[in-house]
Amino acid sequence: MSKLKVATVWLDGCSGCHMSFLDMDERILELAKLIDVVYSPLVDAKDFPDEVDIALVEGAVASEDDEKKIKKVRAHSKLLIAMGDCAVAGNVPSMRNPFGPEAILERAYIENASVQQQIPCVVVPKLLKIVRPIHEFVTVDVFLPGCPPSADTFHTALTALVTGAPLDISALTRFGA
Amino acid sequence: MTIEELEQVAKSVCQENEKYDFEVNVCMDLACMSQGADRLREALEKAAGASDKHVLVRRTGCMGPCSSGPLVRVDPEETLYHHVNAGHAEAIVASLGGAPVPELQCDLNDHFDRQVRVVLENAGHIDPEKIDDYIARDGYKALLTALTEMTPSGVIHRITESGLRGRGGGGYPTGLKWGTVAKAGGELKYVVCNGDEGDPGAFMDRSVMEGDPHRVIEGMAIAAYAVGASKGFIYVRAEYPVAVSRLTTALRDTRRRGLLGSGICNTPFNFDVEIRLGAGAFVCGEETALLASIEGRRGAPKPRPPYPAVSGLWGKPTLINNVETFANIAPIVRNGGKWFANMGSERSKGTKVFALTGKIANTGLVEVPMGIKLREIIEVIGGGVPDGHTFKAVQTGGPSGGCIPAEMLDLGVSYDALMAVGSIMGSGGMIVMDDTSCMVNVARFFVEFCMTESCGKCIPCRAGTAQMFTLLSRICEGSGTMEDLDLLVSLCNTIKETSLCGLGMTAPNPVLSTLKYFKNEYIEHIVHKRCPAGVCNMEAHASEVSKEVLA
Amino acid sequence: MSESMGVKTLIIDGQEVSARSGQTILEVARENDIKIPTLCHIEGLGAVGACRLCLVEVKGTSKLFPSCVANIHEGMEVLTDTERLRKHRRVILELLFAERNHICSVCVSNGHCELQALAQEQGVTHISLPYRNPALAVDASHERFTVDHNRCILCTRCVRVCAEIEGAHVWDVMGRGIDSIVITDLHDEWGASSCTRCGKCVQVCPTGALFDKSKIGSDHPKYPDFLPYLNLMREAQ
Repeated sequence: MSKLKVATVWLDGCSGCHMSFLDMDERILELAKLIDVVYSPLVDAKDFPDEVDIALVEGAVASEDDEKKIKKVRAHSKLLIAMGDCAVAGNVPSMRNPFGPEAILERAYIENASVQQQIPCVVVPKLLKIVRPIHEFVTVDVFLPGCPPSADTFHTALTALVTGAPLDISALTRFGA
Repeated sequence: MTIEELEQVAKSVCQENEKYDFEVNVCMDLACMSQGADRLREALEKAAGASDKHVLVRRTGCMGPCSSGPLVRVDPEETLYHHVNAGHAEAIVASLGGAPVPELQCDLNDHFDRQVRVVLENAGHIDPEKIDDYIARDGYKALLTALTEMTPSGVIHRITESGLRGRGGGGYPTGLKWGTVAKAGGELKYVVCNGDEGDPGAFMDRSVMEGDPHRVIEGMAIAAYAVGASKGFIYVRAEYPVAVSRLTTALRDTRRRGLLGSGICNTPFNFDVEIRLGAGAFVCGEETALLASIEGRRGAPKPRPPYPAVSGLWGKPTLINNVETFANIAPIVRNGGKWFANMGSERSKGTKVFALTGKIANTGLVEVPMGIKLREIIEVIGGGVPDGHTFKAVQTGGPSGGCIPAEMLDLGVSYDALMAVGSIMGSGGMIVMDDTSCMVNVARFFVEFCMTESCGKCIPCRAGTAQMFTLLSRICEGSGTMEDLDLLVSLCNTIKETSLCGLGMTAPNPVLSTLKYFKNEYIEHIVHKRCPAGVCNMEAHASEVSKEVLA
Repeated sequence: MSESMGVKTLIIDGQEVSARSGQTILEVARENDIKIPTLCHIEGLGAVGACRLCLVEVKGTSKLFPSCVANIHEGMEVLTDTERLRKHRRVILELLFAERNHICSVCVSNGHCELQALAQEQGVTHISLPYRNPALAVDASHERFTVDHNRCILCTRCVRVCAEIEGAHVWDVMGRGIDSIVITDLHDEWGASSCTRCGKCVQVCPTGALFDKSKIGSDHPKYPDFLPYLNLMREAQ
């Protein structure tokens, strides 16, 4: 049996979900017999592959760039998993929503800056007015809430998804877990 | 006051009126007033005073066809003049006894001929601030007859026999409700009149309270006698200042005549009525919220049971009926239950007052027998859709109701028939829409109304109506998706089934009924980003870039 | 004869149970270890039937009944966990999560929150409705407690405990519909209000809306169980 191609994607999040993913420790080695991580902040691939079996997405959609990325990921993935509360619910990145991006940029780059007070305008992507969970942009197949979902959650969920075993997500994790 | 005294008063009013050869009735309802009916009346009085004819100029309540106002009716000829202003006064007075003023005459025979007036029988015929005018038209006869010749259970029997159902919207059998309150134990009981009319486009109850306030008071007094109550409240919204002042005058005059107070008509029956002003919250039309508001608490509904009939105002058994329901009582007591039951359809008896508004020639107040076809109300009585446009739908029941499409115009108006097509009778608002109305936008309008009028107590109504509004706005702005539509339907289902009170339970009706009959309009908005009626502005969608901010 | 008049039997989820006349469906269900989800209801305070999570089906009618206020009657057959009810409960929970800014990960009540626990129990893994992201205040003017309106679900437990148990009626609801908020006195700052500082409202608050300032992080379990005992002791006096 050929290994399933797995990608992990990092949008607007703290990378804690990726850390928790790595916290599976030696159990990753077992999983590695079944999957290949073909794209991830943790590996050295630059472009999202054309065909991926499972894509795990961390982070909310907060910028124009995030929006492009999530649409590309969806187009090239068979199964899309929202990994963690930011991807599932917006979470911490969405806490700026009541104030709007201008206020946040002002606060970060002007009020709180001691030198070179200016809002960056080149290279960095444009922020969306509202930070939203990924399912508001693309269809999501599996939601794994948690901040972050525990290593056990990752292990159980991925094993189930790879082997086709039944999966009860609410028994594993919850918002803020 | 006794029946003999009552007849004496009626007689003297008639004698007084006989002194005049002509009666010039000026409609002084809000719609005519806003077009200068008060200046018109002054001018008419001046012209009448200057002339040598014996002319009585009388202000009256709403005559009906508000869009033709200000209205003047000259009796005994029953000549109706429309769009009258103060400048016409002299011409009208001059014409009395001769040929009518041709340029002011209007032909509204079709409008009036199909109507049957029970609740509005006095509208346009009496001065609402003169109790004697009401007495002269059989006023308070029913109350005194009930007090002296009928037992309380006899009154309830007559109401039950009439088949009258609650006119506030629910359609609960009035006799049954009265019977329940009558059977409830306890010394102290209350009668409450719900005058918190709040549906957009509805003004039936306002017109009744303003045009014939004694009719409501008499109905309440008869109800109080039947159920054994000694205290009544009329709950009127403060936005109806004219109704409040007319009711206040009416209550004062009624007390002066001994028709309210203790030992009415030399019987042991005591009853008095107080007015309570509402701050205009739509939800206070819901009976438990209304009672909370009268008690001085936040106007929020409570789960039923217990029903107010068992535990209402301050925990006491309380009868609560709508203005129009009370307005039907005196004629039923006077003429008998069978007389009333002979009008209307199988399960909806009597007549119903509707407020016709929207894209229709004769906007205003009409009273029709139950069972009449919608088509007759709209095309004949209402005079059809004006300006060459075509009829699209009629919205009944206010924000709790639904839109009924053209192909269903042959539907007979009754509680059950309207319910069956996804709308409700409601309190009687009828908003006519033509091809320039966007049904998605209409649904959004009513949902927005429910959202702002939700009391906020239960989650499905508080948060659900806000979500419905968001989803409908997306569709109207051209950013809606088919998934949004599915979400909307699912949401409607939950709000309808789980809300605490009628406001929430019926809030999805405008969406569900437009989805049922005008789904293509939703699809046009979502798929083709196009509003068929040309109402919705889809530009927001075109400039999607606007949601990004430079970083 | 007269004693047995007060005893009724009914069926809840297929289980035959007995009850006293006048009990609510919820009371009887809980006595028999049948779990019905609730948020606004709390033992020891008057029921308001507002959250609609405890709705149950009763055979013979399509209407749903709020079990916290609906009384039992002889022979009724109650269903507490049908697919129809589960769907409505999920939608209601989603409505709450989308209504205000419930960010579980940074909440003092993370791990001790009734809303969070119910979402998990009812299988809510994401919110399909659009988030409303309202801008709401946090009032930290009180020396001991804070109210964060972002996390309030308007269950009115605080309002009821303050009025019914403490007898102070400091809390009430202001505004209507989606704009409703709980307020202290006439919308005065909590710290400047007539609050007696008893802290009962904090203990009954199901979420992190009311919390004790001395608690840090998410270490804020609440202990509302004092209520029934308090009532019992008061009745005994």
